Amino acid sequence: MEQREAQWGFLFISPWIIGLAVFYAFPIVASLLLTFFDASLTGAERNFTFIGLDNWIRFFNDPMAWKALGVTVRFTLLTLPVGIFVPLAVALVLNSKALVAPGLFRVLWFLPYVIPFVAGIIGWLGVIGQNGPLNTLIELFGVQDAPLWTNDPGLIYPALVLMGIWGIGSAIVVYLSGLGGVPTELYEAAMVDGAGWWASLRHITLPMITPVIFYNLILGVAGSLQYFLVPQVLNGGNGNPEGSTLFFNIYLFKSFFTYQDPSYGATLAWVLFLITLGLSLILFGTQKRWVYYAGGDR
Amino acid sequence: MSAAQGLSAEAVVAERTESRRRISTRRRILVTLGVATLTFLFFAPLFNLAATSVKDPDQVYAAGAPLYPARPKQVEVDGKDRPVVRVPQADGTFMEMVLVKPGRQESVLADPADVSKTIVWQGSWRTLENAWEFSATLNNYGEVWKLLDYPRLLLNTIIIAVVGTIGTVVSCVLVAYGFARLKFPGRGKLFQVMVATIFIPGTVTLIPTYMLFLNLGWVNTWLPLLVPTFLANAFDVFLIRQYMMTIPREHDEAAQIEGAGPWQILRDVIIPQSWPVIIAVTVFHFVYSWNDYFGPLIYLSTKPELQTLGIGLSRFSDQYNARVGFPEAATIMTLAIPVVLFILFQRYFVRGVVVTGVDK
Repeated sequence: MEQREAQWGFLFISPWIIGLAVFYAFPIVASLLLTFFDASLTGAERNFTFIGLDNWIRFFNDPMAWKALGVTVRFTLLTLPVGIFVPLAVALVLNSKALVAPGLFRVLWFLPYVIPFVAGIIGWLGVIGQNGPLNTLIELFGVQDAPLWTNDPGLIYPALVLMGIWGIGSAIVVYLSGLGGVPTELYEAAMVDGAGWWASLRHITLPMITPVIFYNLILGVAGSLQYFLVPQVLNGGNGNPEGSTLFFNIYLFKSFFTYQDPSYGATLAWVLFLITLGLSLILFGTQKRWVYYAGGDR
Repeated sequence: MSAAQGLSAEAVVAERTESRRRISTRRRILVTLGVATLTFLFFAPLFNLAATSVKDPDQVYAAGAPLYPARPKQVEVDGKDRPVVRVPQADGTFMEMVLVKPGRQESVLADPADVSKTIVWQGSWRTLENAWEFSATLNNYGEVWKLLDYPRLLLNTIIIAVVGTIGTVVSCVLVAYGFARLKFPGRGKLFQVMVATIFIPGTVTLIPTYMLFLNLGWVNTWLPLLVPTFLANAFDVFLIRQYMMTIPREHDEAAQIEGAGPWQILRDVIIPQSWPVIIAVTVFHFVYSWNDYFGPLIYLSTKPELQTLGIGLSRFSDQYNARVGFPEAATIMTLAIPVVLFILFQRYFVRGVVVTGVDK
């Protein structure tokens, strides 16, 4: 009986097992092996030579790769706080008891999440573009030459952050459900102690939703280090203005598809994977200090 | 707090709740107005897209043109269209007049209501601003429809989304049922492995996966986008499994006593009770597929006739090269379907995000 059930069990999960083998196990092992080989992309001139650590040494001596890594890290430092705190602030306001029709506003703030990101890029480009409403507004305040946001290395990152702002819907929903889980008795007890709005936020709300903040932080770090699609669509990955949009994954993509070098591409992918993994482990290590799980240790 | 001293805790809470209620009407209005303003700003690109998509291109470059779709106002005088201009008045307001005869020193203006009443105005007509009236055109939509080969891209996008959704729902329901209801050795460990795969960045697996599809001859076909959907994905399996865990086991056991096997239990007991999550995954995957850019980008880059709306739309993302109004019309035509789906199924969407985001 039990053996039959186990057979059925494996039968039902077999699609995922095949997927795991073909789309995870094989490619992960293969891409790690690729980093030690010199391989060509197409079957016509099949070339597969073991070259030891040459790809890794090449990475350490590749100024372009380090520059691209710097771009990605700088952008992550800017976009991560926005990605964590803007949805948190929105969720706090949407959770306010004083808000009329909260259900409607919640739906509206989630809605742009389903809009294709290319549409988001074109939409926000229209707002910040040369003749767009934002520059019209800036000119109303007496500024003569309103900036060309996407052509200015000092303004391109804020512009990129703005173009991605429609993606905050899922983080808002996750925060809202976290806020809904904070027991109301805690607020009542705080009120008895004379705590105001700020004290309640600081000493009850924020500590209680640290697991949700942590979850968004982990996803945010992984997501911003993998940043690729927006600059790829914005300028075809040409790095303009002045190399400020030459993100690490843009460089990886080019190494593979443009320069047809799968081994070096795989090496770059592993570099980024190891960095992401390392940062995640560090963040998990800090968890004990600031993340509070109401149900005890997980 | 001194006034509250000596009172019981309940009385303090009651008093504070009361004071909260007293200010709440004003606060309600302030908070709601604030949120409404923010929401408006959040949607500014959408309004701007919709407005620009129905504008005549001339309006966008014209100085002093309004933000809403409009054209310069004109009135027919003696069989000829004459522009309507805004003439400054002594009290600082403007009056709309028809410019009948422009001149550098003086111009002849007429009353728009009765063009036979004319006056001579001192000053160069060039200093006068045009008056605008609301005017929307659907020309941009018609042009983009042809330029993009929209019907074909739409059909491609729909086919890929529908087939991928079928693959995802069928395979994920089967796998989720296996994890939720059937006991087999290593089930817990395998489930952990599955959740862990959600966090593996796609770039690590990208290159060998691409080379695999290349060697199979699948690049420049839809197969790399469709076949993997039939092999389940961790995100949707997790979502369905969490839902199936909430269905009481007594229902299975009752069916089991009547001699039903795992297959019948899935069909007759589990699936009929899992419709909410099945609908959620259906809509999720459909929208995911509709918005997927990376897959079509790398696998269909040299086959325009197989590409999807997202790729077609990105040809317009370079705003400085495209004609004003075209990118906007194309964008509206691309985002309309996911937005409508979302409005119809928003309940399921939000629940799905909560389950995967919070329970994990």
